[in-house]
Amino acid sequence: MLNDQDRIFTNIYGFNDALLHGAKKRGDWEGTKRILTKGRDWIVDTIKGSGLRGRGGAGFSTGMKWSFMPKVSDGRPHYLVVNADEGEPGTCKDREIMRHEPHKLIEGCLLAAFAMGAHVAYIYVRGEFFREIEVLQNAIDEAYAEGLIGKNSCGSDYQFDCYIHKGMGAYICGEETALIESLEGKKGQPRLKPPFPANAGLYGCPTTVNNVESIAVAPTILKRGSEWFSSFGRANNTGTKLFNVSGHVNQPCTVEEEMSIPLKDLIEKHAGGVKGGWDNLLAVIPGGASVPCLPKSLCDTVLMDFDSLKENQSGLGTAAVMVMDKSTDIVAAIARLSAFYKHESCGQCTPCREGTGWLSRMMIRMVAGNASVKEIDLLDQVTRQIEGHTICALGDAAAWPVQGLIRHFRSELEERIAQAKSKAA
Amino acid sequence: MPKLIIDNNEIEVEEGLTVLQACEIAGAEIPRFCFHERLSIAGNCRMCLVEMERAPKPIASCAMPVADGMVIKTNSEKIIKAREGVMEFLLINHPLDCPICDQGGECDLQDQAMGYGSDRSRYIEGKRAVKDKDLGPLVATVMTRCIHCTRCIRFATEIAGVPELGATGRGEHMEVGTYVEEALTSELSGNLIDLCPVGALTSKPYSFNARPWELTKTESIDVMDALGSNIRVDTRGNEVLRVVPRNHDDINQEWISDKTRFACDGLRRQRLDQPFVRRRGKLEPSNWEDAIKLCANKIKNTDPLKIASIAGDQVDCETMFSTKLLLKKIGCTNVDCLQDGAKLDQKVRSSYIFNTKIAGIDEADAILIVGSNPRLESPVLNARIRSRFLKGGLQIGLIGGAIDLTYPYQHLGDEPQLLEQFIAGKNKFSKVLKKAKNPMIILGSGAINREDGAQILHNARKIAETTGMIADNWNGFNVLQSAASRVGGLDIGFVPEKLFNLEDMELIYLIGADEIDFNKTKNAFVVYQGHHGDNGAHHADVILPGAAYTEKSATFVNLEGRPQRTQKAVFPLGQAKEDWRIIRALSGAIDKPLPFDDLSDLRKLLSDTVPSFGSMNEIITNAWGDFGLEGPMTNRRISNISVNFFMSDPICRASITMAECAKAQSDRLAREAV
Repeated sequence: MLNDQDRIFTNIYGFNDALLHGAKKRGDWEGTKRILTKGRDWIVDTIKGSGLRGRGGAGFSTGMKWSFMPKVSDGRPHYLVVNADEGEPGTCKDREIMRHEPHKLIEGCLLAAFAMGAHVAYIYVRGEFFREIEVLQNAIDEAYAEGLIGKNSCGSDYQFDCYIHKGMGAYICGEETALIESLEGKKGQPRLKPPFPANAGLYGCPTTVNNVESIAVAPTILKRGSEWFSSFGRANNTGTKLFNVSGHVNQPCTVEEEMSIPLKDLIEKHAGGVKGGWDNLLAVIPGGASVPCLPKSLCDTVLMDFDSLKENQSGLGTAAVMVMDKSTDIVAAIARLSAFYKHESCGQCTPCREGTGWLSRMMIRMVAGNASVKEIDLLDQVTRQIEGHTICALGDAAAWPVQGLIRHFRSELEERIAQAKSKAA
Repeated sequence: MPKLIIDNNEIEVEEGLTVLQACEIAGAEIPRFCFHERLSIAGNCRMCLVEMERAPKPIASCAMPVADGMVIKTNSEKIIKAREGVMEFLLINHPLDCPICDQGGECDLQDQAMGYGSDRSRYIEGKRAVKDKDLGPLVATVMTRCIHCTRCIRFATEIAGVPELGATGRGEHMEVGTYVEEALTSELSGNLIDLCPVGALTSKPYSFNARPWELTKTESIDVMDALGSNIRVDTRGNEVLRVVPRNHDDINQEWISDKTRFACDGLRRQRLDQPFVRRRGKLEPSNWEDAIKLCANKIKNTDPLKIASIAGDQVDCETMFSTKLLLKKIGCTNVDCLQDGAKLDQKVRSSYIFNTKIAGIDEADAILIVGSNPRLESPVLNARIRSRFLKGGLQIGLIGGAIDLTYPYQHLGDEPQLLEQFIAGKNKFSKVLKKAKNPMIILGSGAINREDGAQILHNARKIAETTGMIADNWNGFNVLQSAASRVGGLDIGFVPEKLFNLEDMELIYLIGADEIDFNKTKNAFVVYQGHHGDNGAHHADVILPGAAYTEKSATFVNLEGRPQRTQKAVFPLGQAKEDWRIIRALSGAIDKPLPFDDLSDLRKLLSDTVPSFGSMNEIITNAWGDFGLEGPMTNRRISNISVNFFMSDPICRASITMAECAKAQSDRLAREAV
């Protein structure tokens, strides 16, 4: 279990003052100028060395991403965009950071922006986070008033401005290029890549889009060193991470833990265990709605990191663990997710636009068993027709939960179909 | 140049191409719906997926730029499956109404479903239905058929410059439409019909008229404006059913204006299909023999100096040439092809053509527009200016009324004296012209069709000369003609040797001229040769029915000075004849027969007399010269003559579709005024 002195987010539960006074006590904005004087290469190298992988779900190396930004501006401004459009079902980590640790995020914005030569950061916050936006805006105002950001950020002579943009409630705007489109005032639809945002992002300028958590942990990594951060977790899956545990557990929680913690430990130590005991566990969705579920047999041993979950044909995603005990109608649960993706598909590209509706309609029939056994294979084929053929990852995200269901709970589907048949007869 | 391997064949292609284009060059067919060479890349249909080595997922070949060392597979098992998957998705919500769909037979979805799809559907859920949108009198919509390729949206936004189409809603509920239910305000909206790969957007006037395989297709040239757009005339029997564009990169690319496309129903109405003679104040049906005899007698018995001939805006070169020859034989030189009174100088060819050429617009970096509304005078040319503007680095100045050109410009004012400022280099925009590498000036009819037109022409020449528009490889002086017959008429010299007054004439021979002031013809015997019962015919004493542009092989010179030929798609209506034959017959009747009996002899004589007709489809180089008149200009403001775009010529005025467009436009203006 992670020691308290190794926690990055020491006020994640909001027991203390979230704003500047309290934040400074927790070490925020301490030595920020010193870090800035070490130069942007040092910052990028330290983040690279820490092995920090993006906390938004895809798990791409954050330091690497920063290093893609042009070293010298060709006249176009550089932008940092923070993805705070936290909409993944089951996920509530960025929200906690924004309302209880806003200064970690703002300090991270300054350091990250400096590291990529950006003078402006836009924080794209999910519009429903109304109170969080208030706190964050207060924190930004404080930082300006104290001279921590602005014309002469922390006395470093570096100009840095930070703006909040409120989203309007579309899940797809959490996809980095759709977020950029939305920020530009257009319809939130993912862009084609290439060109990647580091070449042509916001307003056609070099842009890096990072998750709130990735940015908010950066100051602490830079202060405590990359070795400290990489001492947690397994190789290639280093660091500490905020986990959200929800569903059929005794104490749903958000907790900062070491990467690679066994799933069972996470649930038992922090969430008070599965309701009715570990043996009452049916399945877990380990990384937000977009990843395939794991049946209990795999949950016994799987580690909560990118590689272990991938080996088990799932993913870490946003590390939002959704626990389902045996009272759960797993088919209905996954059908609900399919309905979600049908509702949130942007409609731009064919496989996702048409496929998510098809999946959802079939899943609704599967819940009642109103289908034929052959259709389970059809369902699986449709998910594979969507997967990998779309512009963004939403198509994959819609396909995977259904694939997970068929992979691990095919017998459940077949049973239902048989039951419905016998009832009709 | 990048080298890549496509289906095991190594090829080298130009930098900047997409993988899809490279595959085409390599001979691999890639299906696609959303990709269109003249539109931005959307990459949303996912039909063009190919496999790229080292890429974990198939890539959309339309959106991927080529790079050295790429290894592409276009027909692997995985790709065939992927295409079949996409095809199935496209079809699950597409209605199976091909038998009643106008796109049937020329439908991309139909064709590609045959080639890449499965032969049966596995989809048993309910299908989507979408409410149809009202896009005005030209474009019919069946939005349930839409496959969301967004070609129409991109065309409207990028090419037409009217960002009025867009997608609303999300996921399966995404719908393409105008945000408000209103007709598109573009003069190019008909191109949406060609672009739509399915039957969602089809031609309203042509709806349920014919199947594509019933049509006879004739390649021809448009005469609705002076651009000379390349078109295909689709006919069934002796009826023109529709006009669609042909690609010509240097002229219209693959766009045509709505007038070009939709005015063709005017070819069936108000037609002159037999000779008429006015008796006791009333036009009565007659026959060729009597009508020609009557005309011949009149010509013989009239003082040649009191005879004049005016050619209208859609008259072909052969006709004007024969008419000029005929009148010369009897000693008359009163001919004019400038019925609107444009003060053009026939002697120097570069003074009345679009010297820069249409394709030259792509190279321009500064344009001064004087007294023109290119959006109405030549919508396709205007789209070319817009596309040049979108590339960046083009500055545009306008002298004339402030209008919406679909691209931003500096409005410099509308006083003619501004031109003098330019010559003196004192205007803020003259610096822009001087600095530009390839500056252009475009003179419209608003600058030339006025009493001081010749002076304006002179000043425009001075501007061209003083701002570096005339260089070795660049001529930036342009007149934007709006009549199809104009440049050809000037080439032939269908202008008076000595100015004459129409009111003094005793015999006026009108060839398709309907836009003159008919108060001036009251005292004369008026012969009208033409194809439509329009203004000219109403005032005529004898009507000789001629052929419209779809009914004859005839030469037209476009505004660049490029001679092109129409083809005969249908026969002239009723007793009507090809126009040059009428003139030839008349010459026989007055015993001064013209020296040709068929079209090839006539054309030979024409190209011997006027060498620019010698090479079809080519623009000869034209020397720069001295033209225009030095002198003071009036104080009258320069206007961009506001023609009613949909009512500019006899064919349009007979067209129901054009009338509907004009009505939709005036309704909208009235609504906006409220």
